[in-house]
Amino acid sequence: MPEIREKLSAEELADGSARDERRQGSERQVSMQGSKRQASVQHNVEQTSVRASQSLRDRTREGALNNARARHPLVELTLVRLREFTREPEAVFWVFVFPVLLTCALGIAFRNTAPEKHRVAVESSDRSGSQSSINTMAQSLKGSADIDVVVLSPAEAAGALRSGRVDLVVRSTDEGSQRAQSSPAPSFEYRYDPTRPESRMARLVADDALQRAEGRTDVTRARDERVTEPGARYIDFLIPGLVGLNLMGSGMWGIGFAIVSARTRKLLKRFAATPMRRSHYLFSFVLSRLVFLTLEVAAVIGFAWIVFGVAVQGSLVELAVALLLGGLMFAGIGLLVAARPRTVEGVSGMMNLVMLPMWLLSGTFFSSERFPEVLQPFIKALPLTALNDVLRGVMSNGTSLAANWPELIIMIVWGMVSFALALRLFRWQ
Amino acid sequence: MLVNPTSTVHPASVASAIGKSSVALRCTALVKRYVDVLAVNELDLEVYTGECFGLLGPNGAGKTTTIEILEGLTARDGGTVEVLGQAWGTTGDQALRERIGVQLQETQLADKLTVKETVRLFRSFYRRGREVDEVIRMVELDEKRGARVGKLSGGQKQRLAVACALVGNPDLLFLDEPTTGLDPQARLKLWDIVERFQASGGTVILTTHYMEEASRLCDRVGIMDHGRIIALGTPGALIESLGADQILEFSTRLKLAEGTLELLPGVRGVRVRAEGYSLTVSDIGTALPALLAELDKQQAELITLTTHQATLEDVFVSLTGRMLRDA
Repeated sequence: MPEIREKLSAEELADGSARDERRQGSERQVSMQGSKRQASVQHNVEQTSVRASQSLRDRTREGALNNARARHPLVELTLVRLREFTREPEAVFWVFVFPVLLTCALGIAFRNTAPEKHRVAVESSDRSGSQSSINTMAQSLKGSADIDVVVLSPAEAAGALRSGRVDLVVRSTDEGSQRAQSSPAPSFEYRYDPTRPESRMARLVADDALQRAEGRTDVTRARDERVTEPGARYIDFLIPGLVGLNLMGSGMWGIGFAIVSARTRKLLKRFAATPMRRSHYLFSFVLSRLVFLTLEVAAVIGFAWIVFGVAVQGSLVELAVALLLGGLMFAGIGLLVAARPRTVEGVSGMMNLVMLPMWLLSGTFFSSERFPEVLQPFIKALPLTALNDVLRGVMSNGTSLAANWPELIIMIVWGMVSFALALRLFRWQ
Repeated sequence: MLVNPTSTVHPASVASAIGKSSVALRCTALVKRYVDVLAVNELDLEVYTGECFGLLGPNGAGKTTTIEILEGLTARDGGTVEVLGQAWGTTGDQALRERIGVQLQETQLADKLTVKETVRLFRSFYRRGREVDEVIRMVELDEKRGARVGKLSGGQKQRLAVACALVGNPDLLFLDEPTTGLDPQARLKLWDIVERFQASGGTVILTTHYMEEASRLCDRVGIMDHGRIIALGTPGALIESLGADQILEFSTRLKLAEGTLELLPGVRGVRVRAEGYSLTVSDIGTALPALLAELDKQQAELITLTTHQATLEDVFVSLTGRMLRDA
């Protein structure tokens, strides 16, 4: 085969150059004379050359066929996706390094330290008589290991409470005259914001300490057994949410920008002019996402495991299945968002619009159960909520994937519907 | 004035010698409307198998819209299109795309990929086609095989775009302004590639606003303006239709008396332009002495005088009163 091919291309070349000469010659003549006779001579020559080269062409086609070892378009498209991505240093940073940095920062901010102390301010007073009772009060509070006490002037105390530097302000209402006449025990006033859980806690603890100091005794005996269960820390709650959030972000940005920039560069139009199957193009994004997903998830989970000791409680296989489904779902949604916009600005706006509600509502940083009951069905139907719930089930609670079947169905529906819609709505020009 | 010299030199006779499908591409009464303009206005066109057909016209004449309708990329508002015996919009579109090669005017291929990766990607879309290395060799990019597309020069990028169009071994090649913005040398290289493709039996339809390109590459040219073909024929016949060999352009210090130039022997047409006069001349041997004598008589003082052989540009000028490039 190679010999024939070589011979053919030589023939082809000879044909081409002969034609060149002929052409240049006849062009000169035509422009000099422009005679019909010249032109018709040219066409007669062409007639034979076309006929000859037609059969030559058929043979080249055979040759090309035998030598053709083209990969499947889906494989080739996916490889191109991977190459384009890895050759973009910024993209690598945002997908791999940024999530790890975020995990690191949040992990440090919310790391488990000794239980936090309650910050209580004792209001000082100008009156000389009450000075001693304020000191006693501060002493009694200091007696409790769980309390940090500061003595502040009324104005300072009010400011500290407002800005959250203290959780509770204790004021003595113990005025000398009052004490002598009516009440044998000192009396206190607690100032705090009942909507702040830490303030309510501080009130209970401070009250307990003051009451005990005044001589209250426990009616029954209670014993504390302190446990810190694996999977129950905040970082254990946070990591699955971050993984979910990361899958959403990289799926949307990775796909949206690539598609819209190909559209503005008219590359999509060029592809549309080939026999390429359009579903292959879209599906190559899904496949390449799965490759990246494996890497980026491994980076975050591996980091969390090594640095913060966040272990996967459930089965790794089930975790992989959950991640796969999540990746597919967000690839589908990313394709849908990128299906129409013509500019990168347009697609950025749309992606933010789609992602923002999920950033807030889907329980990444705190449980979505905190939102009002009315919103719950809506929140539960969000893709990221479903993914986060499934990931938490497998990673933190160690429950089986099957236990989260409603969420799995939500994810599959999102993925399939958005991919099908994207294929229908996709703008190729 | 519609020139149609195809009746005298009919490439259809060439084509009919080859086989049944002598017409590679045909459209009738093609119409495309955009919000405020009629981009293509009742356009009829036939391109014969094995020929190189050129749509020549200024920017905005409707060339790109026309070719993109023919490529099946843009929807038409009226008329019929038949490419290689098949209409667009059927279940056979995929099969038809296997047989055509397309280079679009403004496609920017992915910068981060190499030449070879790009061609290989396009190769994978076709069930049968040429070998990747062979196509790269055909467009003379062997040395740039491993180079990123973003690092290529304009001419190299354009040749790569043509390589992507050739890799499916098409029967019909569409080129939309393949050499716009290229330097002369890059342009010559590209012309070679197109000629070799045609020499191997392929049919080419290209758009251009360079008359040199049209007269060098095209067997027949359709001159387009405002969405219509205003003249059609071989480049030679079109130029011949001016009835002139030479274009004589000159300027004088004083204005010439009106109507005097038309009377000179050998002058077929006169156009007065801001920068001077332009004469279409059938016989320069008699026209030039006569002109000089006339100028002398009127004491107009000649400032500049140039002559050139009539070109497609002059055909366009005589048809529209405008230049190709600044139309």
